Amino acid sequence: MMFVPGNNPGMMADAHIYGPDSIMLDLEDSVTMAEKDAARLLVHNALKSIDFGGTEMVVRINPLNTPYGKKDVEAVVKAGVQVIRMPKTETADEVRELEAEIIKVEKEIGREGETRIMAAIESALGIVNAYAIATASPRMMGIALGAEDYSANLKTNRTPGGAELLLAREQIVVAARAAGIACFDTVYSNLDDMETFRKEVELIKTLGFDGKSIINPRQIEVVNEVFTPTEKEINKARAVVAAIKEAQAKGSGVIAVNGKMVDRPVVLRAERTIALAVAAGVISEEEAL
Amino acid sequence: MNQAVAGTLESGDIMVTIGPGEGLQVELQSSVAAQFGRQIKAVITDTLQGLGIKDAHVEAIDKGALDCTIRARVTAAAVRATGKDVWKD
Repeated sequence: MMFVPGNNPGMMADAHIYGPDSIMLDLEDSVTMAEKDAARLLVHNALKSIDFGGTEMVVRINPLNTPYGKKDVEAVVKAGVQVIRMPKTETADEVRELEAEIIKVEKEIGREGETRIMAAIESALGIVNAYAIATASPRMMGIALGAEDYSANLKTNRTPGGAELLLAREQIVVAARAAGIACFDTVYSNLDDMETFRKEVELIKTLGFDGKSIINPRQIEVVNEVFTPTEKEINKARAVVAAIKEAQAKGSGVIAVNGKMVDRPVVLRAERTIALAVAAGVISEEEAL
Repeated sequence: MNQAVAGTLESGDIMVTIGPGEGLQVELQSSVAAQFGRQIKAVITDTLQGLGIKDAHVEAIDKGALDCTIRARVTAAAVRATGKDVWKD
């Protein structure tokens, strides 16, 4: 998910060319208060007119308790945005308040139920309430960590190893999995240190995240490399899926592949590996069967 | 109507200044004026007419903006110049 400032039309028009899975047009922190009105109009018109080539479109709105939040919701829902990202989410009630605003606008334009919600969790209270936030609305498609505000709220600093974020990251993954929705990690803002960035992406993949937030097209390649299964992993996953299909045909639930026991969790991991390989475009859907 | 500005001089943007005028007068500076000048002016006047504005003097400095960017910047400048919002409070 690539962050793009909502008041920069040049960047907005070009962002999808670099091939991110999703683009988040930002009306919040990257836009000064004096330009909130102009950015809102720009994002509204861009969503209606630009062909983003199938890239998932997300807009980060301003909090609803500011003079901008409700107008942001109206502008982006009327433009047909797929996902609204709610910043600084701390409670389930805040999600329900956003949901009510979305429903109001959707009813007006006759497009009910289509706008989904992603909540960014950026404080200790938000982390404590992560599961309640994740399950606050059927529109919830994911939760994401906002690490800068979270670290400040914890009264600590961000470090290259990310020790200060460990609990928050794990809590977000666990809450998302328990709720059956997606989870996204925070941004890494030092573009000159791609080595630490890669280590961070490897870490969050191991923790179970579905994806990483990025701030520059240069970071896309690293995320894709880390998240795309290797040929060896794909072949192993295919062998597992093929073996379990064969075993099921014979009425058996447990099998061995290359001398190792294969049971349901192993099959689930193999299926996720194949799904990731298809999503990354390294194998086709037909090859996955 | 007061005078108001929206947009920037960055690549892909257009800076639009709107002030009082008689009828819709548009002055355009653009490196692509020879090819697209008429179209850019048409987008500007269509947008203003859509907002119910019949009298305004517009100065636009285009840096290769898409039509949707022109519409957004003209609307933002018009909203700032007239105080009328296009969204509900």
